[in-house]
Amino acid sequence: MKKLMVFSSLILAFGVLAGCNSEKTEGEGNSKSVELLNVSYDPTRELYQEFNDAFVKHWKEESGQDVTIQQSHGGSGKQGRAVIDGLEADVVTLALAYDIDAIYEASNLLAEDWQKRLPENSTPYTSTIVFLVKKDNPKGIKDWNDLIKKDVSVITPNPKTSGGARWNYLAAWAYAEKSFNNDETKVKDFMKKLYQNVEVLDSGARGATTTFVEREIGDVLIAWENEAYLTLEEFGDDKYEIVNPSISILAEPPVAVVDKVVEKKGTKEVAEAYLEYLYTDAGQEIAAKNFYRPRDEKVLAKYKDQFANIDMVTVDEKFGGWKKAQETHFNDGGTFDEIYQPQ
Amino acid sequence: MLANHNSVAAETNKPVILTRNATKEPKSIQWILISIVLLFLTLFLVVPLIAIFVKAFEKGADAYFAAIAHPDSMSAIKLTLIVVLITLPLNAIFGVVAAWTITKYEFKGKNFLITLIDLPFSVSPVIAGLIFVLLFGLHGALGPLLQNYDIKVIFSIPGIVIASIFITFPFIARELIPLMQSQGTSEEEASLTLGAGGFKTFWYVTLPNIKWGLLYGVILCNARTIGEFGAVSVVSGHIRGMTNTMPLHIEILYNEYQFSAAFAVASLMSIFAIITLVIKIFIEWKTDFKSSKVS
Repeated sequence: MKKLMVFSSLILAFGVLAGCNSEKTEGEGNSKSVELLNVSYDPTRELYQEFNDAFVKHWKEESGQDVTIQQSHGGSGKQGRAVIDGLEADVVTLALAYDIDAIYEASNLLAEDWQKRLPENSTPYTSTIVFLVKKDNPKGIKDWNDLIKKDVSVITPNPKTSGGARWNYLAAWAYAEKSFNNDETKVKDFMKKLYQNVEVLDSGARGATTTFVEREIGDVLIAWENEAYLTLEEFGDDKYEIVNPSISILAEPPVAVVDKVVEKKGTKEVAEAYLEYLYTDAGQEIAAKNFYRPRDEKVLAKYKDQFANIDMVTVDEKFGGWKKAQETHFNDGGTFDEIYQPQ
Repeated sequence: MLANHNSVAAETNKPVILTRNATKEPKSIQWILISIVLLFLTLFLVVPLIAIFVKAFEKGADAYFAAIAHPDSMSAIKLTLIVVLITLPLNAIFGVVAAWTITKYEFKGKNFLITLIDLPFSVSPVIAGLIFVLLFGLHGALGPLLQNYDIKVIFSIPGIVIASIFITFPFIARELIPLMQSQGTSEEEASLTLGAGGFKTFWYVTLPNIKWGLLYGVILCNARTIGEFGAVSVVSGHIRGMTNTMPLHIEILYNEYQFSAAFAVASLMSIFAIITLVIKIFIEWKTDFKSSKVS
């Protein structure tokens, strides 16, 4: 029983401590130091690690204020869901516009026109979808149609939860539409065959990458370009190589300030500066170094050897925007449900 | 765990009878059975455990300690300990109260109550986590109310504690109920008739009788609280250095290609588990000792 007493006094102590802590953080709003929470998608971990350090320095010089930036990463859809359920993100940096639209629709935490508030559709960097294969490409994978061969095993995450997976899906769809002259039955047949070859359907892009490189399952990983290059950097280009398909999609991962949260926490100014810093030369440079395609022409020119020239469609032109693409392909009863039959 | 314990006891009883009936049972069968058990344990327990430590020390002891001393790891360890320190005493109190209610009183619906206590064992941890998101989330039943008073439950420490309590509350009650049932109420009745008050009776009669069972339950509860992944993952929000417990932090490190660091933290959890095991063995030995003395 003595133990119990000790335990309960400890709880009390912790309670008091926690109380003090929360008071402290709440009081910090506009004075000495400030905290931001960036809720992001899976493969941006390394990007924001570097970017946050740079921004902390920049903000200190600019305003004299200390800022701490907290990160949370996961599948893009899942992360959006968490923000809707009350995860207090000052900024969201997700894989695709629909996941931020969903936050607006379900919770009104930000304005409907959020995507117009920053340049380039609020997308400071872009990427595309490529293939990662084993060194010397033993299965001879060159383009999308090689992925439906019987002996090829494909790794891609689940489009229901992962943003990257939805870009993968749309890129494959764009290829099929082009090769079958928009014949929908043939396109769906192609997609069906492709997803029959999928061996593991992870919930997020990073999970799919570790399945491919750590657990060594599958012949080809359909991946974000940035994620594929990062894998080469982490695991060595003597083990893997990148294959650029004949056609892919311009992936635009957008960023937004969550209005209601920054109003409540008093972090509007620093949150806006944080996102704007992504568009500066310094921010663009960090994006390029982490294999995201910078929007800025000068920075892009500097890193142009790094990014292959791939024929890319956009979701707005080809699929009528994310809202429509989401409804047609990924909502319940969409084409993904139609074509995907687990083995 | 309890069921496991029983079945082991049942298995060890059998051979005793067999050898008495057929003493000429070939030794070879004994050896084969023993080696099968050993092989199984080696394959599924010892090898993975060694693998964790090998991988953790892959980049040397310096890297190992640096990984554990990293602020994010330290914060995960600290958070896990805070959760344990809140969960254990609350569950201990609940466990004793529940066991007392069930074993010392007669009332209708008792079996239903026992089933209810077992519920967290049968509910998937993910569902358990989602229940609390539905309750305390921004659009949950209590969300607007909490929002009004600016109280954060989900995606912060209270949510993690609540989910952990939910997952682990049956452990102590489940441990105490059979024990108190077998002890009956006669000793308490004697104490009461001799003039001791209710609290005095509990303190000097009941508690000494159940203390090893209680401690055993606390240890199981402790192990599960430290290791809980599913429910905590749903309510955590995965904020680095703030709402990641040790299991969640291990997953994050693993996903960031920091394999050695992931296994370093994992090895620390394994050490916790081994310590728990040693205490468990000690308690079992104590209780066995006591019960054999009684009989």
